[in-house]
Amino acid sequence: MIFYLLRRIVYTIPIMLGVAFFCFLLVHISPGDPLVAILPPDASAELQRQLMTLYGFDRSWPEQFFTWLWRALQGDLGTSIASGRPVAEEVFKAVGNTLMLACLATLIGFVLGSLFGFVAGYFSNSWVDRAASALSVLGVSVPHYWLGMVMVIIFSSWLAWLPATGAGPGGSDAWAWDWEHIQFMILPAITMSVIPMGIIARTVRALVADILAQEFVVGLKAKGMTDTGIFLHVVKNAAPTALAVMGLQLGYLLGGSILIETVFSWPGTGFLLNSAIFQRDLPLLQGTILVLAMFFVLLNLLVDVVQTTIDPRIQRS
Amino acid sequence: MSKVTRSPRMIPALLGSALLALSCASTAVMAQEKVLRIGMTAADIPRTLGQPDQGFEGNRFTGIPMYDSLTQWDLSKADAPSVLIPGLATSWAVDATDKTKWVFKLRPGVKFHDGSAFNADAVVWNVQKVLDKEAKHFDASQVGVTASRMPTLRSAKKIDDLTVELTTSEPDAFLPLNLTNLFMASPAHWEAKLAAVPATVTDPAERAKQAWVAFAADASGSGPFKMSRFVPRERLEMVKNTAYWDPKRTPTIDKVVMVPLPEANARTAALLSGQVDWIEAPSPDAMDQIRKRGFVIHSNPQPHVWPWQLSFAEGSPWLDKRVRHAANLCVNREELKQMLGGMMGIPKGTVEPGHPWWGNPKFDIRFDPAEAKKLMAEAGYSAAKPVKVKVQISASGSGQMQPLPMNEYVQQSLKQCFFDVEFDVIEWNTLFTNWRKGAKDPSANGSHAVNISYAAMDPFFAMVRFISTKTVPPVSNNWGYFGNEEFDKLIADARTAFDDKARDAALARLHARVVEEAPFVWIAHDVGPRAMSPKVKNVVQPKSWFIDIAPMKID
Repeated sequence: MIFYLLRRIVYTIPIMLGVAFFCFLLVHISPGDPLVAILPPDASAELQRQLMTLYGFDRSWPEQFFTWLWRALQGDLGTSIASGRPVAEEVFKAVGNTLMLACLATLIGFVLGSLFGFVAGYFSNSWVDRAASALSVLGVSVPHYWLGMVMVIIFSSWLAWLPATGAGPGGSDAWAWDWEHIQFMILPAITMSVIPMGIIARTVRALVADILAQEFVVGLKAKGMTDTGIFLHVVKNAAPTALAVMGLQLGYLLGGSILIETVFSWPGTGFLLNSAIFQRDLPLLQGTILVLAMFFVLLNLLVDVVQTTIDPRIQRS
Repeated sequence: MSKVTRSPRMIPALLGSALLALSCASTAVMAQEKVLRIGMTAADIPRTLGQPDQGFEGNRFTGIPMYDSLTQWDLSKADAPSVLIPGLATSWAVDATDKTKWVFKLRPGVKFHDGSAFNADAVVWNVQKVLDKEAKHFDASQVGVTASRMPTLRSAKKIDDLTVELTTSEPDAFLPLNLTNLFMASPAHWEAKLAAVPATVTDPAERAKQAWVAFAADASGSGPFKMSRFVPRERLEMVKNTAYWDPKRTPTIDKVVMVPLPEANARTAALLSGQVDWIEAPSPDAMDQIRKRGFVIHSNPQPHVWPWQLSFAEGSPWLDKRVRHAANLCVNREELKQMLGGMMGIPKGTVEPGHPWWGNPKFDIRFDPAEAKKLMAEAGYSAAKPVKVKVQISASGSGQMQPLPMNEYVQQSLKQCFFDVEFDVIEWNTLFTNWRKGAKDPSANGSHAVNISYAAMDPFFAMVRFISTKTVPPVSNNWGYFGNEEFDKLIADARTAFDDKARDAALARLHARVVEEAPFVWIAHDVGPRAMSPKVKNVVQPKSWFIDIAPMKID
């Protein structure tokens, strides 16, 4: 196991370097001026040259890449061109905010998705199934940014029940787990949960319908088990797959959602990426993408290791 | 002597009473505190260290409220052009013999928010922060947004505590106007931040960088508001500076909170749900709803020009003045204004009649399709033989208003006057970068015009950069290669007219000739719409990019 773990860690090194390289390349080959955030287009050509030198953008790409990589390996992702703040500080703060939102969204998605899935599967081909299935299809199909806007119009603008934007009355730095703050999460979390809810509901429905058709359920019925008892058996059998799907969805949501976080001005990684793109803040863009990509690489590593630990049938050569 | 006995049963009651009293007291304090919450269009809080980024929205929200400049714009009138007035300098004059030297007399008794004194040393220090690479506090990140707005300033020298001499690279009468962009940060506060950088950081440049980061998080200027709390990318809180030097601008609002809300619908929702009291640029579709809910929309034409800048490169149809005039006469701007819900100013030139630089041009920009068709016929065009025009535009962008529907409207409007307009739609930042490369560059993709809105606050940005033979690409924004000896002379006349009235008269002559020669199709002026809660009082929206929060009141 230890050798397997070490081997997997060694494998991630070229993947990480590749990610870093492509991340650098993609950001640099996009058209436009890297100093647009701090250099108005009406600035003189001389000033532009001066700043290109001061920021090191006049150096060759390989030189820029290796300088950046060397610093990144030491935990220094550079300084945001637009704000002048350290990129690492900005990214990790945003990751924390996205994590809070993603966890709540996954929880909502899992609870509602499982509920709709179980109900639909249990009452397969009835009107209840059709209604629950319609809801889950709607969840996957509706553009979530549109749903976010509609919810803001209804619950914030018209009814004034919930705040429309932000991460607490004093910003995310003053976050506390009380109603005054949690209410800021509700609309973005519900909006973010809609897709996982739909996916989980559809998965669970198929699982439940499949399990109910299996012979052991017939056996349980024949032995006189109550409906509640049978339902609990079905839940136990469906739970591992549902949890695996939930884990995957959590992974996707941790990447943040540019659209949802922008609609709700939630200061997570999606909002940060949006700012970096619009301000053409290359160090911030590179740093954010790199951290998110690394996150996925490490998450995959973790999943591989956990799967191998839990299920010895999974053989790795 | 009577003895007061306390029963344990009284404790909950006493505690309850105390809590109730505390709660009432805190509610009373909160009720008394007058807080103004603003939703900005910026995606991040503009930089707070003295030289804001994010264009003029930065100057508006983190420049002018927290800092002062030597000269400043008069933002106290809604019905007159915003003109230059003394700020931290009480007077200024160019040297009688050497026109590259200016002497500024400084306002006595001004203190920075940290209590240190504003004086000539502070002015020299603030000039050095962006112009002297050898200065320990030089900050490259502030250079771009500052030096570009003061292109001729070279250095500063202390004469005495309240007198400073500024030197320019060439005689430049525009310097006092440009100095509205140089905000005075506190040198003493920065030095304190530098001293607090850990000793383990030994590289002087890195120490200076860290000191600026710390300064930005806890800034000190001399403006009417003092920074009190800063959450990066989320909110900036400022409290009133009761010791402000100008009694007319000493705030009565206790606290101002600024929140970046880049998405128009999110801003509108924040206003309608009561999360903020003021939003910039409300969603045009929501204007009616905002008004119906009792909010007030403020707007006023501002020096924000939304034009087509024309190419004078070989083969461009705009080389013919009749075609340029015809295009200017063929846009029904009243109809366009209706399409934008009234949120547009109808241009008569780069500046408006009544402005000191107006100058009564002989060419009247209006909607006159008959005259436009006549001019086009004279130029050899007709419905059967329209002139083909390609325009590079963006689908969105800072200050671009609503580029797609507006350009499509102009396209349709010009069709009746024998223009066959084709658009080359590209990403905003790329278009912005291409602007400097010019109409002859491959990046222009054969375009005959470019649609980029611009600020027209001072003469260089309003006119000079577009019409001088010295500002053709890659030097500055004369994208279309317009210019000749006549315009260079008019510019030189204005640059060397050191008396304010003479300078304005020279600029008026220049503006009149610009309008007459029409290197632009002037389509719209932005009116800077902002929606506010009716409880915000004393609001003056000047004919400017800026607005003064300091005199505002809140019910």
